[in-house]
Parts: sequence; C-alpha cells; structure tokens
Amino acid sequence: MKILVCVKQVPGSNNVEVDPVTGVLKRNGIASKMNPYDLYGIETALSLAEEYGAEVESITMGPPQAKTVIEETVCMGAKKGTVLSDRKFAGADVLATAYTLSQGIKKTGEFDIIICGKQTTDGDTAQVGAEVAEYLGIPNVSNVMSVDAVRGRRVFVTASLDEQIVKMSVKMPCLISVENDINSPRLPSYKRKQTLSEDAVSFLSFDDFDDKNPDHYGLNGSATQVERIFPPEKNTDKTVIDGTAEKQTQALFDVIVSKKLV
Amino acid sequence: MYNVISAKDIDALKKISGENSVFTGEEINHDYSHDELGGIEKMPDVLVRVHTTEEISQIMKLAYDRNIPVTVRGSGTGLVGAAVAVKGGILLETTGMNKIIELDRDNLTVTVQPGVLLMELAAFAEENDFLYPPDPGEKSATIGGNISTNAGGMRAVKYGVTRDYVRELTVVMPNGEIMKLGGKVAKNSSGYSLKDLVIGSEGTLAIITEAVLKLVPLPKVSISLLVPFPDMKSALEAVPHIIRSKVTPTAIEYMSRDTILFSESYLGKKFPDTKNEAYILLTFDGNTDEQVENDLNSVADLCLSIGALDAYIVDTEERKKSVWSARGAFLEAIKASTTEMDECDVVVPGNKIDEFIVFTHKLSEKYNIRIPSFGHAGDGNLHIYICRDDLDDRQWQEKLSLCFDEMYKKAEEIGGLVSGEHGIGYAKKEFLKKQYGDSHIALMQGIKKVFDPKNILNPEKVCF
Repeated sequence: MKILVCVKQVPGSNNVEVDPVTGVLKRNGIASKMNPYDLYGIETALSLAEEYGAEVESITMGPPQAKTVIEETVCMGAKKGTVLSDRKFAGADVLATAYTLSQGIKKTGEFDIIICGKQTTDGDTAQVGAEVAEYLGIPNVSNVMSVDAVRGRRVFVTASLDEQIVKMSVKMPCLISVENDINSPRLPSYKRKQTLSEDAVSFLSFDDFDDKNPDHYGLNGSATQVERIFPPEKNTDKTVIDGTAEKQTQALFDVIVSKKLV
Repeated sequence: MYNVISAKDIDALKKISGENSVFTGEEINHDYSHDELGGIEKMPDVLVRVHTTEEISQIMKLAYDRNIPVTVRGSGTGLVGAAVAVKGGILLETTGMNKIIELDRDNLTVTVQPGVLLMELAAFAEENDFLYPPDPGEKSATIGGNISTNAGGMRAVKYGVTRDYVRELTVVMPNGEIMKLGGKVAKNSSGYSLKDLVIGSEGTLAIITEAVLKLVPLPKVSISLLVPFPDMKSALEAVPHIIRSKVTPTAIEYMSRDTILFSESYLGKKFPDTKNEAYILLTFDGNTDEQVENDLNSVADLCLSIGALDAYIVDTEERKKSVWSARGAFLEAIKASTTEMDECDVVVPGNKIDEFIVFTHKLSEKYNIRIPSFGHAGDGNLHIYICRDDLDDRQWQEKLSLCFDEMYKKAEEIGGLVSGEHGIGYAKKEFLKKQYGDSHIALMQGIKKVFDPKNILNPEKVCF
C-alpha cells in the first residue's frame, strides 16, 4: 500500500499581523512551520503504515524553502516527499492549489490513500482536500474522526457530518481529510533528522507537469480573488462578578442564559 | 494561649475590610480548611478577603492586640499544610490582591500584588517581551505563595529559583507595621537580608503585600527535546553527563511511562510517545536558531551515545503544549490515580538522583506500596508520591511512616535536604527537626521570635 500526505508550510505564529494599508500578511521575520492540522494526517498515515504495512510519502506546494516541511515529515517517519515549486504557482486560490496538487500527485506516483489535514491555519478554507479528489477522480471523505480498518481494497472510516456520525467504507484509491483530534501526532525524530539524505526531497515545477497551460495555475488559474484581508476584531471585554459564591453563581448563570448559551 | 475570636472582633474586621469580605461559620467553604494535598485540616474561625496593605496592617494590629492567630492563604495549592489555620483564628485570603502594578522597563522589574497568579504574571511578562523565569508546575499558585515557599520549578537549572527574582518586598509585620525589605536594586550588601529571610518563610515571619520582581528579556527561540531511554536508571544516569557537557538547558525533567499514562487518562489526551519506559525532557533557549540548535544537537548526540533510544524534537507551540501540558498535570494525575497520597519533595545533589530513585523503587517493592515519581532531574529536586490505593487506615499510616523515615534518612545520607521547593509547613516539621538538629532549629525559632514575639503569625509551622 502507498499513502500520500498533503502538507503545507504556514506562518509559525498564530499572531501574524496584517498590514492595515496593503492588507497583506506581514510574513517578514516570522518563522514558518508545518500546518498543525497536517500533523494529524501524517500520524494517521504512519499509524496505518505500522498496522497494515505501507510506504508513506508527502507532498506540498510552496516556495523552495517549503522543503523543510517535507523534511519534517521524513523525520516523523515518511520515506520521502515532493515540493511543487514554481513562480507560476504563486497566488493560487483553493481551486488552483488543488489543481496544482493533483497535477503533482499524478507525476509523483500512484497512491492508494491520500490523506489531508482538516484545514490550514493561514487559509482556513478546508476545501483543498475535496477538490484534489475531484480533480483526481477518486472518492473523498471529509471530517474523518477515525480510520477503523483497511480490508482488501477498502478503507473503513468514521466521519462527522455535523449532526450525525457516519461509518462508511470507501474504495481505494481515495482521499480522506482527517479531524484534528483523531490522534496525537508523533514528534520528529532527531535520529531520522541526522540520517536525512539528499534524495529525501524531490522538486517538481510547471515544466514537469502534463498540463502546460499556465492559465490553469497560480493567480491566473484562480477562480476567486482576495479583495481585502483584515485582522479579526479582538474582543478583550472582561466582566468580573463579585460577591459570595452563591451570588456569583447566580450572576454567571444569568449571563449564560441571557446570551442564550443554554 | 490565644484569645478566641469574639463578636466584637468580627465587627472590627468588618469595619476594616467591609461586610462583604468577612466570613464566618457556614459562610466559609470547606476548602479553606485544607490545602491541595489535604492531609491537614482545620477550619479558620473567620475568613477575610483582603485587598490592601493598609487593611492587612489594621487587621494585624487588631490580631496583635487581641492575641489572635493569623494565617495567610493564596490559591491554596500548597502541599504541606502551610496555609492551614491549624490554631483557628483569622485566615487572610490574598487572591483579591491580584493587580500587576508596574512594569519598569528601565530596571527590568515588575511590581505585583501577592494574589497575582503565576500564569497571569508569566503571560503578562511574555506579552511585553520579557520572561519571568521561575516556572513551578502549579500555574494557578499565587506569587505570594511562590515567594513564601521559594518555589523553584522547571527552569531552575539555568535561571535559579524564585528567591533569585525577588528584589523588594513590602510586608506587614505581625504587629501591623508596614515595612519595605530590599529595594529595586541589583546589588545589596546593606546588612542582614531580611527580604531573604521572609522569602521561603511560609508566612511565619511577615505578610507579603507587594513584590518587585526581576524580569529577563524573553529568549527569542525555545525548543524542547524529549529523550526516550530503555529504563529510568539509564535516563537518570544521563543527567550528570549532560550537566558536565557545559551546555545549560533551562530545564531537565524526568518522567516515567507510568506517570505519563496517568496524565493521559487524567487529561483525556494522548502524549506524543509512550512506547518507552523512561524519558528526559529538556528545554534549550536563546536568541538565535543557530545557538539553540547547536545546544540541542550536542545534547541529543550525547544522549544517543549513552543509551538514549532517540531524541524527539518539540519545536512548535502545538508540540510544546502536547508535552508540557502533560508534565504540568503530573501531580494532579497521580492524585487522581489513587485514593490518597502523600509527597516527598527532597532535593539531593544532582549526581545522586539515580541512586535516590532506585532506592524508592526498592522501597516500593519492600513495602509493597506504589511510589510513582517525577521531577527536576537537572537540579536534584524530586517529587515522590506514596499512594494509598486500597490500603486500610492502619496499613496506610504504618507504611507511609516507614517509607518517609527511610526516604528522608537516605536523602540526608547522600547530602540532600528535606524540601526542594514545596516547603516544610506543618507536614514536614519533624523531618526538618530530625535533619537539622537542636541548634539549627533554635536559630530558626529565635528569628521567628524577633519577627513575631507573640507567635500569632501562622503558628505551629516550619520550626515550631
């Protein structure tokens, strides 16, 4: 079995400032890290590999320095990974990102299961996984809470559909996007880091892809345009309730009821 | 003999602190009769939630005139009964004095009231690009409590303990006099350091009502390393090698698989690795990635060369949280794993830790009682818990007493002391007396008498 995990490099802090004039994220000087949601995808893949026997690879789209997140997947236990990097890919929205990834995946090899995290901490759209599956023409399950078994050519999963929990089986090859409490991701191994080889990370660019129409990638291939980015309003209102324990409890209860939280 | 609190005293207290801050009888929650470990219990006669230094001064004048015992309490997270009003009387709760008064960027200090919680101070410092280095596991403890026990915590290996960060204390003496001890100065050779006597005195000498604390610039980079070993002995044996290598981690903690599993079930959250018997958790900090990585790499290489099975890198906020939140919950997790427990917080020379822990394992076998532990491997401060599980009263008291006797004796033999950071309070007095002997204790009692001639402040604690 071969498993591929899609990962992304995101800003290292959750407190990235937005330039109030240009609306652009101030990334300068901010360290980057692996999208935390992707760690659950990697752990899912590595656990499946331990249980059923599989080779795990990873893939990302980003600038050349996104190599570090692929190396991190290798330090966690993946065999190798690929960076899709080209200036033509820059400025991609969800659709163009998913298309680029699908093109890259086709060139990387054939996989039985493709695993994505639920969403990213910078884009937050939670759509790339499903769209990659669409482009690859394979079934997709989102919100996967657990991978229960792999039998024959089918993967058995439990997924959350807001008000229902469904158990289903899906035929390989397939793509699943996993929830962020599905497991506890393992830590990168220093030992594996020391033995990281040059060929653990490969690069693919626009020229390597089958579809060489530049209008399908990056800003040109994007169906949506970002008009404005602005930081969320910060609410630091605090209410202090004084009095005896009984009075405090009653006052707190009244607040909860007035806000219709119960 | 102390006077019993009268209705007139209650009225006087209400006049000082206000009707809504004075509680008696059933108005006082049972929690105020004990601390976090709960072995020592006594309800105060009156609970006063205090808010200002002047108010405390007036209360102490009243208590001094009337000869009424007074005990001070912060969050009640102590483990040795120090904040329990064992002679009844007045219990002063300082959690309402929770203001951060001043951040002095020129002198790198922060001035706080005693009821500020450690986690609040830590977050405030970090928001302002500073670090308040003392980092005890109990983040909901008050700073007043931290100073009163001279709490150490996890960064002591590199940064020292609470005492090293206290520049000045405003205190109320047992007779109500308000005094400033120390100053907002970096050096001080001006006579006996009364400030340092008050630090760690567990509320027996004076009441801390304000503290000026030293801050350091926030290190820009901090990475932890979780190093698995095949067994606890080899994990602990690695620590002196790390210390000798002259790389100074901020923290070197040890933990066993068992303790990690308790915390998993207590927090309902999986730890990133539970495949191995024993772990050392280290943190490195500095101002550049390169510097921190160099330190980390050299310690990781060293550990691998002396038996570590790997070294896991804990480099992002999420990873740090997954590892350190488990570490922070060990005490509560062990508590939740048993019916009752008592603790031993000895500190031994750093190179004797493995010897001491192996000794506790033997004790566990000898008395057939569970003795999980964790602690600060880097500074020799161990947290050892004797668990009652399903023992009956008689067996429990007997085994507990035998284990304690043997442990404190062993600690003394290898150059250790009774408490590294939790204090003596009420529970460990006898062990302190046994180790220090009459002359040492007499000196302590003499100091107490000078500060508190009527012995009204937190009586029956530490050296009495």
